[in-house]
Amino acid sequence: MFWKSTYNEFIKIAAKPRSYIGIGAITLLVGIILFAMKMDGKMYISFITAPFEQSLSFEGNVLNGNLMAFIILNMLIIHVPLLVALVTGDLVSGEGAMGTIRLLLTKPISRTQLLLSKYLAGCAYTLVILLWMGLMALFVGKMLFGSGDLMVLKSDGLIILQQGDLGWRFFYGFLVAFLSLITVATLSLTLSCFSENSIGPIVSTMAIIILFTIIGTLDVPVFDSIRPLLFTTHMAAWRSFFEDPLPKSQIINSVVVLFVHIVGLLSIAIYKFNRKDILS
Amino acid sequence: MSSTEKIIEIKQLVKHYGKFKAVEDVSFDVHRGDVFGFLGPNGSGKSTTIRTMLSLITPTSGEIRLFGIELYNNRNYILSKIGCIVEKPDFYKYLSAEKNLELFGRISGVAITKSKIHEIIEFVGLKGREKDKLSGFSHGMKQRLGIAQTLIHDPDLIILDEPTTGLDPQGIIDIRNLILQLKNERNKTVLLSSHILSEIELIANRMVIINRGKTIIQGSVSELLNAQELIVSIKVDDVRKSCQLIENASSTATIDHVENDSIQLHLTQEMIPTINKLFCDNGVQVFSIEVKRKLEDYFLKLINN
Repeated sequence: MFWKSTYNEFIKIAAKPRSYIGIGAITLLVGIILFAMKMDGKMYISFITAPFEQSLSFEGNVLNGNLMAFIILNMLIIHVPLLVALVTGDLVSGEGAMGTIRLLLTKPISRTQLLLSKYLAGCAYTLVILLWMGLMALFVGKMLFGSGDLMVLKSDGLIILQQGDLGWRFFYGFLVAFLSLITVATLSLTLSCFSENSIGPIVSTMAIIILFTIIGTLDVPVFDSIRPLLFTTHMAAWRSFFEDPLPKSQIINSVVVLFVHIVGLLSIAIYKFNRKDILS
Repeated sequence: MSSTEKIIEIKQLVKHYGKFKAVEDVSFDVHRGDVFGFLGPNGSGKSTTIRTMLSLITPTSGEIRLFGIELYNNRNYILSKIGCIVEKPDFYKYLSAEKNLELFGRISGVAITKSKIHEIIEFVGLKGREKDKLSGFSHGMKQRLGIAQTLIHDPDLIILDEPTTGLDPQGIIDIRNLILQLKNERNKTVLLSSHILSEIELIANRMVIINRGKTIIQGSVSELLNAQELIVSIKVDDVRKSCQLIENASSTATIDHVENDSIQLHLTQEMIPTINKLFCDNGVQVFSIEVKRKLEDYFLKLINN
């Protein structure tokens, strides 16, 4: 019954027009970034490399597909949570607003199974969004700009990563980015269990992300103890795979914090959903 | 045919939301084969009771047994044998009628074939509209689809919560006929909630009336209604003579009021043939006898008491 319900959830997500907003938005934004870099990319690169040109000389194709993918991921990973929450925040509350939750919960499937099937479908949607972004950024970027070594600008210097050393970094980078987005999806699903309308959980998810991000970036001692516990602090952990040497303990710490958030939020969602009186 | 096997047993059901008492003490039984009327004014606790029976709401206390077993420990098994519409039939507007039925059928506990879906769609009179998205469906069509959805997994018990709300007169008749077909052709047990007494009288064989979250009365519809006094309008050729005959007769019939060509009497149903014979034996021509049962008065009297 769980898999049948999950299949139903896939059908519903695929049939909803709002599910395509994310894919459309990513296509448009990646297109705009690639177009802008094609037109003025060299100027952008010279702006980045200018401080180092007295001590270093840059040869080869610096403006390449790998750099495009890295820039696009940096830009979009901040906005993708909204696109994910747009669908996952609607999974339970949307059914409540439509009234279909009444019918769903009178079917012979447990509430936990029903919620988990929705969650699984939401995770699959998140993966599709991320894969689409990766596909657009990496493959279209390489088609337009060719391949080459990746130049990563850091606050304390510049890292050049060899072209042959990038495949696994992108793979694991995407994996950790997926974990970050799953945390957002879990948060919005949990909020969805507390709401009777679609907008509430979506707006609340974004409000929490903005609030936590502000707390995380405010450099004041009072937040020092909280900051490492906020999931938003670890949402950029995927970037750690583009450092040399790899900060392994930092990555493991981020993965654990994100995983604990996922498990905790999902447990709250299951608890709430099982005890919810359906009054809508 | 109604049997004595209890399909639904509700005992002393209570549901409180904080200080608000939605259901205070509701008890009733539904037997196999019944079309059971669940009556009560708006806000009397009908929907809350139905929702607890379907595990949509957890009761504060009380016992719910369906098909002879306790609901909350056997939820999935029991729900696989029930088809229902709770309040209004809400579906996914962005999907077609057929897709909606497929979707709900898939998680109904039995394998649903395309031919079964088409058979049900034809039964509820939606043939030709199965590929249309629900955004273009009228309320009546959604009600029909709601009934189709209740039948898709061939359940033993069908629960319909206010199925005629918002329908036009033709829609009400169509839904009523569909319910009667469910009983007569498919041998289903139907629990029908309504606040319209005449609707229950036309369809149901047994009923319960609740008010302010409490059971007021339950039993066979004919017994409950026949026990009540009727108003009967009799059209005759001689009104004055008819009145004299009634007054002289030592019956319990009393005159309500008199018009030019008819008299209205208070009497029980059993007395109608006696009065008719009395008129005929005394040369009064009877053109028509019309029963005007004061159902709403009966209903109001019960709930106000």
